[in-house]
Amino acid sequence: MSVFRGIDYFELEREFTDEERIIRDTVREFVEKEFLPIVVDHYRKGTFPVEIIPRLGELGVFGACYSGYGLPGISNVAYGLIMQELERGDSGLRSFASVQGALVMYPILEYGTEEQKERWIPLLASGKAIGCFGLTEPDHGSDPGGMKTRAVRDGSEFVITGTKMWITNGSIADVAVVWAKCDGEVRGFLVEKGTPGFEARDIKSKLSMRASVTSELIFDEVRIPEENALPGAVGLKAALRCLTQARYGIAWGSVGAAMACFEEALSYAKERVQFGRPIASFQLTQAKLADMVTEITKAQLVCLHLGRLKDAGRLTHQQVSLAKRNNVRMALQIARTARGILGANGITDEYCVMRHMCNLETVDTYEGTYEIHTLVIGRDLTGFDALTS
Amino acid sequence: MKILVPVKQVPNPDEKVKIKKDGSGIELEGVKMVLNPFCEIAVEEALRMKEKHGGEVVVVTVAGKDAELQVRTALAMGADRAILVETNEELDPAAIASALAKVYEMESPDVVIMGKQAVDDDSNQVGQILAAKLSLPQATFASKVELSEDLKKATVTREVDGGLETIEVELPAIITADLRLNEPRYASLPGIMRAKKKEMKVIPISELGIDTAPKVKVLKLEPPKERAGGVIVGSVQELVEKLKNEAKVL
Ligand SMILES: Cc1cc2nc3c(=O)[nH]c(=O)nc-3n(C[C@H](O)[C@H](O)[C@H](O)COP(=O)(O)OP(=O)(O)OC[C@H]3O[C@@H](n4cnc5c(N)ncnc54)[C@H](O)[C@@H]3O)c2cc1C
Repeated sequence: MSVFRGIDYFELEREFTDEERIIRDTVREFVEKEFLPIVVDHYRKGTFPVEIIPRLGELGVFGACYSGYGLPGISNVAYGLIMQELERGDSGLRSFASVQGALVMYPILEYGTEEQKERWIPLLASGKAIGCFGLTEPDHGSDPGGMKTRAVRDGSEFVITGTKMWITNGSIADVAVVWAKCDGEVRGFLVEKGTPGFEARDIKSKLSMRASVTSELIFDEVRIPEENALPGAVGLKAALRCLTQARYGIAWGSVGAAMACFEEALSYAKERVQFGRPIASFQLTQAKLADMVTEITKAQLVCLHLGRLKDAGRLTHQQVSLAKRNNVRMALQIARTARGILGANGITDEYCVMRHMCNLETVDTYEGTYEIHTLVIGRDLTGFDALTS
Repeated sequence: MKILVPVKQVPNPDEKVKIKKDGSGIELEGVKMVLNPFCEIAVEEALRMKEKHGGEVVVVTVAGKDAELQVRTALAMGADRAILVETNEELDPAAIASALAKVYEMESPDVVIMGKQAVDDDSNQVGQILAAKLSLPQATFASKVELSEDLKKATVTREVDGGLETIEVELPAIITADLRLNEPRYASLPGIMRAKKKEMKVIPISELGIDTAPKVKVLKLEPPKERAGGVIVGSVQELVEKLKNEAKVL
């Protein structure tokens, strides 16, 4: 196997600190040695390699950009590079880490009580406990504000009723961050596995993100103690702030998927001979490769700058929308083009391009679809809100 | 106990290297450097010794400033501090061993554990020369190391041709690590963060007062011959014919 050197057309390597480089290289090596050899098998079977979770915990990748409770507090650029390397493995692997860190640890750290943090953060960071994030419902995807799930106070308890759909890690999670309306206001709650009335059913029919668990969560008058409410998680904005964290990671992650596809297309094009010459010698192939490396380079610059803005505490959610929207669509297009360069071989799972391509269809949709991010940017630019009437 | 681990940075062994046009060496420009795999194994073994018996792990390298990144990797794995003997020259094994001997004298460790060889030039000499210079026992090609309870002796299983040899050496000794000694850990992110704050002492090689004049001179490097394409033979007879007359292996 030839070694992956990363794609670095603009010498961005110099922009990273030693620490950022060591972190990236460590995760890269881990993914290459421990994950890439098993991913195809899991993709075929539609399973997630759960045994890798505590090992990633030992490495310390979950919620690594946050501090306190034993978390390493690495730079946001280093964290982004981790997401890039995980998604170079598979979007399912990055999704796991995004949910665990940005969608479960973040809201507990940001909105939780001292007891909640002390109990859950070390467990989640080490991978001894798994989390999931339930916002989407069968009838409310892009429009989560219309959610039907309800939480009703009953003495010192809340009673939750409703259904969440498309929930990553749902059936393997020990704790679910669940968003429900309480007296007309969206609030966040922690629901633990095994609470009576709470059930998770896996969605088995996926042609995308197959190496990832996606479930439906059913809450049938689930009673949770009031201590399980996240006191700071009030209003839809609280949920959206978690999504900003996750989308930041996706902007980087999608570059990883694009790199994997480009790398494979480039080496294939150099080896594959048609009409007596490598297909890389045809101008049409070269144009595709040139476009790909251009788009990857642009996306890398977006990521790096986004990361520095986040490190400086100046990041806006609209900037994250721009990056997620651009980078994921870029990666999806690169995956499709790469698939084409590989011809018939490209449709098999012996190559990574189609797996990434299928995964990226999900990534383009979840965490705010391409269209929704378009409208977020549009609203920011024009002052007119196309999302609400 | 104090464990000294000499380490070296090498071009990524998974990568295809190019020889300089004049054949004097390999092209290092743009090549990714990593910690020599046998050195990683030595660091891992030292960390396990420390975890079991307590003490300190000190890594040392004789190299240019740019080796700092690889040394930091060893610190990130868990080594306590590092010494970089700085030189911009390419030294031969005897000179490296001289520099390490000086560091040994400064540090007086209880044991030295290092890779059996570096995968760039495959010399497999530094450990042995170092032992000779310091008049210390050596246990090379270790596939298993056990320290006695009083930490005065080490029982080392060595991989030798066609089998295993188990020897006992008095400490301090020089132990060199073979491939099967252990499987090195990944540096954890908290480990990487801590490594930043660990001491890295830089000593210019001129301060050691040693003779670094090369005793070995590399005259020329050549790539191996390109493999010629295979041929499909028509019959067993033809195969035997070719093996006999062309390959001359029968
Ligand atoms: C594998 C996978 C994992 C997921 N994991 C999670 C998870 O862990 N937690 C979670 O809460 N959710 C998760 N989701 C759900 C995901 O966030 C939603 O699918 C997403 O928000 C889109 O919602 P929807 O599928 O209902 O599509 P819809 O909202 O029905 O959208 C359908 C189409 O209409 C477009 N559209 C909608 N509104 C507008 C508009 N106003 N203007 C223009 N176009 C519009 C959309 O862009 C899209 O193209 C996951 C989804 C998948 C596929």
